[in-house]
Amino acid sequence: MALEAITPLLAIVIITALVFDFTNGFHDTANAMATTISTGALKPKVAVAMSAVLNLVGAFLSVEVAKTISGGIVDENGLKTEVIFAALVGAILWNLLTWLLGMPSSSSHALFGGLIGAAVMSVGWGSVNGGTVLTKVVLPAVAAPLVAGLAAMLSTRLTYRISKNADAKATSTGYRAGQIASAGLVSLAHGTNDAQKTMGIITLALITGGAIAPHSDPPLWVILSAGTAMALGTYIGGWRIIRTMGKGLTELAPQQGFAAQTSAATAILASSHLGFSLSTTQVCSGGVMGAGLGRKGGVVRWSVASRMAVAWVLTLPAAALVGAGAEFLTEQGTWGIGLTAAILVAGAAVIWRLSRRNSVTHANVNADEIGTPAAPVEVEPVIIESPVAEATARPAAAVQSPSA
Amino acid sequence: MTIDWAALGTVFGVSLALTVGLVGLFTLGIVALSKRGPAGEREGSAALTTSGAYVCFALCAAAVAYGIYVIVA
Repeated sequence: MALEAITPLLAIVIITALVFDFTNGFHDTANAMATTISTGALKPKVAVAMSAVLNLVGAFLSVEVAKTISGGIVDENGLKTEVIFAALVGAILWNLLTWLLGMPSSSSHALFGGLIGAAVMSVGWGSVNGGTVLTKVVLPAVAAPLVAGLAAMLSTRLTYRISKNADAKATSTGYRAGQIASAGLVSLAHGTNDAQKTMGIITLALITGGAIAPHSDPPLWVILSAGTAMALGTYIGGWRIIRTMGKGLTELAPQQGFAAQTSAATAILASSHLGFSLSTTQVCSGGVMGAGLGRKGGVVRWSVASRMAVAWVLTLPAAALVGAGAEFLTEQGTWGIGLTAAILVAGAAVIWRLSRRNSVTHANVNADEIGTPAAPVEVEPVIIESPVAEATARPAAAVQSPSA
Repeated sequence: MTIDWAALGTVFGVSLALTVGLVGLFTLGIVALSKRGPAGEREGSAALTTSGAYVCFALCAAAVAYGIYVIVA
């Protein structure tokens, strides 16, 4: 490809895409590793390192997803480079905000939302395929937690029944090993799916910018940089989200962690290969809740779960709104693009500063009490107002009905 | 707009069956392993439980291998 074809704008888009990829990595570490960390199957640092390596490996395994990036949600023809930039800005800011709040939310939905918002602002409502949004985003978001939750709940019941008379100490090693294997599969699948989304975005930008020919495969440097950015993000670890998923939603014993992670791995692999794509984040959260309900006397903290559901519902429209705002600015010309980039950097800096007030790290991710709660009480930036304080310790309400 | 209910149903069924099956199998394996060893058990039955456990683990390992195959393919 012609390097001279990489304009400053294109370079900004590529960098922004890699930043999104990085946030995607640390947002989604929780999916593979939250339960592995909370049950003590792996030490926190070891868990994120393993996940990062498998993400990187996964990025090289296939480029199928990258070729069908936006999945028909917006009309890719005539998509301008600025629109992609604006979409990424929306997705990154939403990812960072949900991370600050310790909420697992789908990075893919954030990206779709950003794309939709920016495309509508740029070309109007005609560019968005509403039916596709419903079938590819809304329905899977409802189905994913149900599928994984039910599977995790039933298998938790089964495993407790079978191991009723066994020595818990002797079996827990086995459960941990099984959990690590399932978590590894989830990481690998995540690398192939999500790193490719960024590859797809960069490739799309290169094509629209005229740097490479239409229908090209992602160039090697794109695969390499996207895989690395995601692995780095994964290794940094979104500890706030890991804490919510591993300890905030419910308390997990090794049996439950194993059941949750196995249901997540099977549901992800089944969905991506039987033609009905489900979001990894929602599958994993559903698995954790199901495993929580499957144990006799197990509890799910519905207050945390419902805040999570709110975050899921808001993800697409919120990212779309930011994407649309960003697109409005970038349309104004070079100064608008510069301003958007400045807003992105400033927004990220503010969120990072807020996160320092009660930082969650590998050292305290499993602690019963963190000097401050897992997700901020005093920080109430926009949208989701209620505290996630319960994430720290006490079981809320006993739950009898398997209404997951 | 068409919703592919068949695909959704298949995903639901396959996920459910595979998860419950694998978790059950793996649990049988580790329970069998945890029961071997204590005094009073005859040599033969201990060997039987152990090999039973390894069959369970081998089947689970095969499932993981298939999972990796599915990711790569």
